[in-house]
Amino acid sequence: MNLAHDFMLALPEAILAGAALILLIWGAFVKKTGPVFTLAAVLALAVAAFAAATGQGGRAFNGALIADDWAGFAKVAIFAASAIAVVLCDRWFTQKGTQRFELTVLIILAALGMGIMVSAGDLISLYVGIELHSLALYILAAFQRDDAKSSEAGLKYFVLGALSSGLLLYGASLVYGFAGSTRFVDIAAATHGGAHTGVIFGLVFLICGIGFKVSAAPFHMWTPDVYEGAPTPIVGFFAGAPKLAAMALFARLLTEAFSSSTDQWRQVVLIVALLSVFVGAFAGLAQSNLKRLWAYSSIANIGYALIGLAAGGPAGVQSMLIFMVLYTVDVTGFFACLAALKRDGRAMESFDDFAGLMGERPGLALAITAFSLSALGMPPFSGFFGKFYVFKAALAAGPLTTWAAIAALVGSVVAAFYYLRLIKVMWFDPAPGATETPPGGAVAIAYAAALFAIPVVWVALTWLDPISLHAAIAFVR
Amino acid sequence: MVGILSLVTFLPLVGVAALLALKAFAADDVRAAGAARWITLAVTLATFALSIVLVASFNGANPGFQFVEDTPWFAGLHYRMGVDGISVLFVLLTAFLMPLCILASWTTIKDRVLEYMIAFLVLETLVIGVFCALDLILFYLFFEGQLIPMFLIIGIWGGQRRVYAAFKFFLYTLLGSVLMLAAILFMISAAGTSSIPVLMTFKFAPQAQTWMWLAFFASFAVKMPMWPVHTWLPDAHVEAPTAGSVILAGILLKMGGYGFLRFSVPMFPQASVQFTPLVFTLSVIAIVYTSLVAFRQTDIKKLIAYSSVAHMGFVTMGIFSGNIQGEQGAIFQMLSHGVISGALFLCVGVVYDRMHTREIAFYGGLANRMPWYAATFMLFAMGNVGLPGTSGFVGEILTMTGGYRASTWTAIIAATGVILSAVYMLTVYRRVIFGEITNSALTTITDLDSREVLIFAPLIVGTLVLGLAPGLVFEVTGAATEQLVSAYRAATGR
Repeated sequence: MNLAHDFMLALPEAILAGAALILLIWGAFVKKTGPVFTLAAVLALAVAAFAAATGQGGRAFNGALIADDWAGFAKVAIFAASAIAVVLCDRWFTQKGTQRFELTVLIILAALGMGIMVSAGDLISLYVGIELHSLALYILAAFQRDDAKSSEAGLKYFVLGALSSGLLLYGASLVYGFAGSTRFVDIAAATHGGAHTGVIFGLVFLICGIGFKVSAAPFHMWTPDVYEGAPTPIVGFFAGAPKLAAMALFARLLTEAFSSSTDQWRQVVLIVALLSVFVGAFAGLAQSNLKRLWAYSSIANIGYALIGLAAGGPAGVQSMLIFMVLYTVDVTGFFACLAALKRDGRAMESFDDFAGLMGERPGLALAITAFSLSALGMPPFSGFFGKFYVFKAALAAGPLTTWAAIAALVGSVVAAFYYLRLIKVMWFDPAPGATETPPGGAVAIAYAAALFAIPVVWVALTWLDPISLHAAIAFVR
Repeated sequence: MVGILSLVTFLPLVGVAALLALKAFAADDVRAAGAARWITLAVTLATFALSIVLVASFNGANPGFQFVEDTPWFAGLHYRMGVDGISVLFVLLTAFLMPLCILASWTTIKDRVLEYMIAFLVLETLVIGVFCALDLILFYLFFEGQLIPMFLIIGIWGGQRRVYAAFKFFLYTLLGSVLMLAAILFMISAAGTSSIPVLMTFKFAPQAQTWMWLAFFASFAVKMPMWPVHTWLPDAHVEAPTAGSVILAGILLKMGGYGFLRFSVPMFPQASVQFTPLVFTLSVIAIVYTSLVAFRQTDIKKLIAYSSVAHMGFVTMGIFSGNIQGEQGAIFQMLSHGVISGALFLCVGVVYDRMHTREIAFYGGLANRMPWYAATFMLFAMGNVGLPGTSGFVGEILTMTGGYRASTWTAIIAATGVILSAVYMLTVYRRVIFGEITNSALTTITDLDSREVLIFAPLIVGTLVLGLAPGLVFEVTGAATEQLVSAYRAATGR
């Protein structure tokens, strides 16, 4: 128990915490923050990602924080997504004239929270990580404070998020009460050979709490409202990285602390997964607002990731990780497109706004088409490969997950309708007016993400595959 | 010659890159559209030339896969390409029809020419890829991927109800395909490999075969299409632009039959035997029922679409007859139908371009104004009926011989389809071509122009060459088909 050693293991978090404090002071004393400020934030995230990728493995602070390949992989993805969010939000809010330095600091704090989440080895650090990133996200959702919808989104997110935190804490206290420890390894040891009903009870509450964070049905109610109300680039941020973090945390919690109750939690996760797939597919059909639509799309996609998680084992956990990474690229790119586009001075959000986009902005329309088809899981786009991994793992895990996977595949046919509708509107319909020239930064991010979805992913998977497998076997045996 | 398959498959994408550059940098839309047409034509012709080289250097005596390329990909998958006697001619057919489609769209497509040409080139890559892929997932990528360009072709450049037709086409085929995906993943986990050549000799448990056969059937039957899941086809055909219909009927439907030959029969032989009665029943229903439906159509394009379903009934009957005549006939029938139905849709396109209606009742007496058109249409109508000397005859007689040896009654009922096809084809021909011109709008209609002659000439040659010298095809397909049949018999003990 040497503090310097522990500190080295927590280096990525330490860098981000330090950076957040420095930036906060910098912002408070320098009235006008320019591009250097943003650059510093991106740099801090890059250094933290580098530290996470190259740092040594081990357990710090009495096992509360775990640094391993799993956490390293997830952190690199999360910090990269956060860095993109910093740039995108900065450009977007500056253009609107409502940019404040707190925005950047909040994103860094959220990234810090997510870093703690994926490294958590204890129910306490799990809760600290979740709360840190959630609180930052609540404020970010309400960041456009003059906009009633944005404030509403933040409030809704906060109230429901607090409720879910309550559930999570209740579950954690039950587990602690019956297992006698909050540390994952001690819980696993205490429940070895069969968990007490009280522990299972607590576990279900934990699943409910995290299910809320990843917006899995039936805990998804907040998602469409928050997506609709929150500023677009912010939505792009919290549709990707936080869910990746929560899923990574979920995997570690279930497979490390509760491996002896696999049969019990697998049922719960599968039910939640299938509900998510079908709620996401059917409710999405009725949407006319694209941000709401992508909220339901994300609910459905979390369902697929949960199937990979339920499959368990190295293959299942790996499939979930790859799925989430590919999905994060998709949503980031999609919301970058949405943030870039404006028609007649207002943001484009409804289906009608997108009519005829192929004629006006072919590049962005192609990118949105790629993201839609990828989110649907059409080959040869990246989303297909995510589903490929998930279903392969589900098939290997047994008949229960196999049938769930087949049901989810059928659900994706239902969801196909609304993605096609978006493509139809953009490609087939005439344009109602002129769109404004989109800002370069968001467009560059959108193009990069689209190129990743097709064709870079074909090459990228050849090295993502071994790295993610390596990450998965870090804690799954 | 290693690498030629990748070259044939991805050459159209080079054209796509050129067109994208054109779109990004060309200032003048009209001139860009003109350039796009020529670029696309050149690329498709180059692909055709390469595919001729491919077939010419193909060794027909070798029943195995040739020109094989194999590069490891990720997660145990491989980029694995190769052709055998069954698939190589479909590559040729695809490359043959594509330049004709581009020519057929030369003047009729005026809007968004660049996007149209890009969609066709992407489609060509994906379709050729389907026939060359020797890895299950690679096959699925190509097979499923072509829904996207086809969706756009129908939806953007189609007729009145194009949006409905495009959605129906996409969702129908997608539902079939996801079940196939489940089966593909199951096969990979059961056999431990995604290599198609290895899987063709892998013996799956009979129980598992049943499920996987059904899952593949769900996809291929929709693609084929077989009765009763054929209802997407008339809508898609009628609404698609002429070239889209040609590709749909000429090539995309063949992927269903190719799938049966490549997957269902060799990989799940026991299940294939078990389900043969089902396939035969659906085949004869398709032949008889859709022939009758075709007879009642008032829209020429719809009539030909239903006639396609009927002709595909012969193909499925041949494939599941499990003997050499049936398999050879099925392959031949698919190639022949690719040429003839493509030509028939082009024939409809000729009058549709002039009059903008496909109503049979609108026309009449076209022979008076369009003698060359009448003669061309006659040849393809006869080919569709199965007149000896045209390619249609060879396929029908062989599939029926094969069907007869497997199930007498099936062949006998299927034979009525030949008569019915004569009934509807000759009727529509009489009503459109013969008689006096009664509709005053037709008095100024013009005969085939030189571009249309250029389109029809290769198709006429193709129909007659296939009909008079079918041995050319059997030399290529013979060894692979024999191996398929002997493996099938050995596996099922028949």
